[in-house]
Order: sequence, then structure tokens, then C-alpha cells
Amino acid sequence: MTSTVQTTTGSPLPAPPRAVDQRRVTFPRVLTSEWVKFRSLRSSWAMLLAAAAGLVVIALIIAANTGSHRAGLDPEDTVLSATLQGYHLAELLMGILGVLFVSGEYSTGMVRSTMAAVPRRVPVLFAKAIVLGVVVGVAMAVATLVAFLSSEAVLARSGHGFSLSDPTGVRVVFGTALYLVLVALLGSAFGWVVRSTPGGISSLVGLLLVVPLLLSLFGDLGRTVAEYLPSPAGEAFAVSLRLPHTLSPTTGLVVLVLWVLAAMTTAAVLLKRRDA
Amino acid sequence: MIEARGLTKRYGDTTAVDGISFTVQPGIVTGFLGPNGAGKSTTMRMVLGLDAPTAGTVTVNGRRYDQLGAPLQEVGALLEARAVHTGRSARDHLLAMAATSGIGRRRVEEVIDLVGLREVAGRRAGAFSLGMGQRLGIASALLGDPATLMLDEPVNGLDPDGIVWVRTLLRQLADEGRTVFLSSHLMSEMELTADHLLVIGRGRILRDVSVAQFLADAGGTRVQVRSPQSGALRELLDGPGVTVTSTGRDALEVRGLTSEEVGTRAAAAGLTLFELANVRASLEDAYMEITRDAVEYRGGSADSSDLQTRSAA
Repeated sequence: MTSTVQTTTGSPLPAPPRAVDQRRVTFPRVLTSEWVKFRSLRSSWAMLLAAAAGLVVIALIIAANTGSHRAGLDPEDTVLSATLQGYHLAELLMGILGVLFVSGEYSTGMVRSTMAAVPRRVPVLFAKAIVLGVVVGVAMAVATLVAFLSSEAVLARSGHGFSLSDPTGVRVVFGTALYLVLVALLGSAFGWVVRSTPGGISSLVGLLLVVPLLLSLFGDLGRTVAEYLPSPAGEAFAVSLRLPHTLSPTTGLVVLVLWVLAAMTTAAVLLKRRDA
Repeated sequence: MIEARGLTKRYGDTTAVDGISFTVQPGIVTGFLGPNGAGKSTTMRMVLGLDAPTAGTVTVNGRRYDQLGAPLQEVGALLEARAVHTGRSARDHLLAMAATSGIGRRRVEEVIDLVGLREVAGRRAGAFSLGMGQRLGIASALLGDPATLMLDEPVNGLDPDGIVWVRTLLRQLADEGRTVFLSSHLMSEMELTADHLLVIGRGRILRDVSVAQFLADAGGTRVQVRSPQSGALRELLDGPGVTVTSTGRDALEVRGLTSEEVGTRAAAAGLTLFELANVRASLEDAYMEITRDAVEYRGGSADSSDLQTRSAA
């Protein structure tokens, strides 16, 4: 490093100006910082791209497969939300993105720098949630819209396409995007609570995929309880097919939002209470 | 200025920091010296509010760290373990840190130049050598042009060139009137950098003195003398206030007499001297002695009193 020579001689620092008020930590500044953090990690963009591509490609594959032969298909493959089944992949990716955005700070030690810069801590949790919510929301709204419109265009050629103006069209398309946002937020809360990438991912995946399956083994009562878990509650408003043991779309949304709020509150309390 | 009063941190049954009180003054370099595991890093984490004290308080410029409105401007810190996301470039790391306090890109580029990371600023911090990581940490500490700098083992992993650079930089920052607080487990480094010493061992402050005073306390100067008649010389020199120790077959070490006195007396008694020299006590020796004492002391009675405190609490 050639510049070492220059610095060894002790290049002068500007005299300390003590305009403390100019450098106060404010919430918009914390938000900017979290946006810089998000955009400067390659993994953030890779996961968003993978989720978006997954949604679109899976939608086109489903459309291509069902376009010609509709008879004999399961109802879930013929309803309006049928081509958006790529959300299964996207929910995993966005959940992991949420976990990683937080747990990456713990695994690398970055969290100590972060909390030294924002000693009140909780603003960081909110800022991360907002950045995650907005980025995932915009990216997934575009992705589900493109997936829906392109796949329905394929289906329309065989005369079975749906349109956004159909009764559940807007709810399903943007509901899917909203579901992915809420899963990402849930993931970030898990990241704060568990503080490790493998632990955060496995507990989130366990809650989303494994617990509903396990509960369904316990008969009617199990299935009733399972309705209130995050992923079934999300499917209640993101999927157009009405199955028994499904909450109404509105109730489903309320239940999932409550899950996110509860997880975030737990995360905030622990963040404030524990040593960083 | 950093002030700790009765600062204590316990993790379960282990007391990492044991009711310490100290003041770190502005305008000088204060060294925080102690063996690994003595409680240096824990103390520094409590200063930054990262760890909550079990008891006691620590303030920066009179306020608890989490009450500071502009923390990066009040305290610039370099923490021992790397506190940087490995997937982010050095520049993006600094930009993210700077953003929390409304510090702009110009200052970020300024500190990149200051620490000599210009050529690698766009590279992932995870690919940095230990020395480059330290430079990045120092850049981060300087971002807010802070009144207080707190650096945990700053020369760790730096090449000799970098060590001289850090030393010069810290001196300059202290001369500007800032508070400079740095930790090290190396006495030799402190001897060159620090004006004042806080020696910590097993979570307790063992010394809070200026480097000059520390040296004086260490026994000042000793006289090293070599003579083929060392037995006779020993008898001749021994007396109240004088200690003579044998350090070799014909070598003695004398405390309490000047080299002039030793030479004059030997000449008067007709004793032959091969060597007569003043030896300055090294801080390293003094430091070893203090921390060894602490270990022995702690090994004796202190642990049982700790147990009593815990069961009382």
C-alpha cells in the first residue's frame, strides 16, 4: 500500500468541530444506514432475483402444462391463484432473506458496530423492517404481477385465462406479495431472537412448513389450531381456492399480522434487554 | 472523558469486571493494560453500552453511552473482534456507519485516505488481512471526528510500519485535546504510546498511575555489578535499605545504592570489579510482577469472599 508512507508521517486531522447537533442519530438516518447495508450485500439481490424469477418461471411452466389439458386436474391447479404456486419457493427465500439481514450482523460481529452507532438499538429493528418490507414488497408485487399476467396470457390462448379484474384477482396477486413481505418480516424477527443464521432459518422453516404438517396429524382439533399458524393464515388471503379448515381472507391477514407483531415485539424487548 | 464507578460485570458465576473505578482524562493517552481475560474488552463493551453492567456505572463526557445523542461524534471505538460484515466492502461499511449520524461521503473518503485503505476500499472486508481489518476499524472510529477514542488492541496484526503510524496518530489525537483510551496486553507497546496506565488483572484495577510513576514504583534503577570476589562484595554492600541479590556466578544486583557508591566502596576495600552498570527497571518486568502478585493474591482469599458476596446477593 503506497498510501501508508503518506499516513505514517501523520496527515493532519481537521480540528474537531463540536457541532454535536449536526451529527445526531435520527430515525431517517438509521433508515438510510439500513438501506446502504441492504443494497451493499450481493446476497440480498441474489435472493430477491431468485424469488422473482422463481415466481415467473413456475407460473409459465404451470400455464404451459395446464393450458391444453384441464380435465383431470386438481382444483388447486385450475383456480385463479394456480399459476402463482411459485410462492412456496418465494416464501422460503424471502423468509431466509429476512433472517439473514439480521443474523448476518450477529455472525460477523457487525452488530457491535451497529449498536455502538445506534445505542438505543430498537430504531435499528424498525429500520431493518421498513427497508425489508419496502424492498420485498416492491420486488414481489412486480414479480407476482408479471407472473400472473404472463401466465394468464399463455392460458388465454386455450381460452381458460383469468384476469386481474376477476373477483379475487387483485386480492390474490397483491395478497401473495403481501404474504411474502410478512414472511420476510417474520424471518427478521427470528433473526433478532435467535441471533444465528442456521438457528433462525431452521426455526422459521419449522414454523412455516413443519408445524402445520405435524398438527394435521392430530385430527380436527389439530387442523383447527393449524389454521392460525402463519403459513395457513397467509394462504387464506393469498390463495383463491377455499378449502375446509381455512380462515376467511380478512381473518387470515389479521392473524398473520398479529404473528408478525408478536414476533417483532419479542425481538424488540430482547434486543433492548440482552447484551449485544 | 470516561468515568467508571464501581463498574461490575458478572456472567453467571464468573466475575469478569469486579467493581472498578477509574477516570480516563482528555489530552493524554491512557493505556489499559492487562493479561488476556483480565476484563479489558468487557469494560470497553460496557463503556459503549453493548454489555449492561451488573452493578456500577460508566459514563462518557458525563452521560451514559445510550443517552448520547451523537455517539459517533462523542466516542470512536475500535473493538477487539472484527465488527464488520464480511460480505460488504470497506467503503460500504463506512458509508453505512456514517449514515446513522448524517456523516457524508466526503468524510468517508477522508478516513479511507487517512488509514491508507484507498486501493482496497472497494473490496469485501472478509478478504482483508488482520492489519487491513484493524485499519478499517480505526477508520470507522475516526468517522465522527470524536472527542474520545477507545481502541481495543489497535496494533494487533499491524506491520511495524502500521504500528508506528498508529502510535503517531494516537499521540496527535491526544495532543489535540482528545481522550485516548487504548488497551493492550503488551507492556512494551504501552511504554512507547501511553502517558498514563490503568493496569487490570482478574477484573480489578491494580494500578492507576502515570507511566513515569509506574517506572519509579517498579524500583527505579538497580546497579548490576560483576566481581570475582562477589561474596566479599556482597558482605561489604549489605546493610539497612540495601538489597543485594545474586544473579549469576559472579554477578550481583544491588538496590538502594548508586553505581558511584558501589564503585567507591569496592575500590576502598580493594575489590576487583569486572562490570558496573545502572539498569533501568523495564516496565515489562514491573508489569509481570504486579499481575503475578494479583494472581497469587486472588488465588488465596479473594475467591472465598466473592462466594460470600454472591450468596449474600
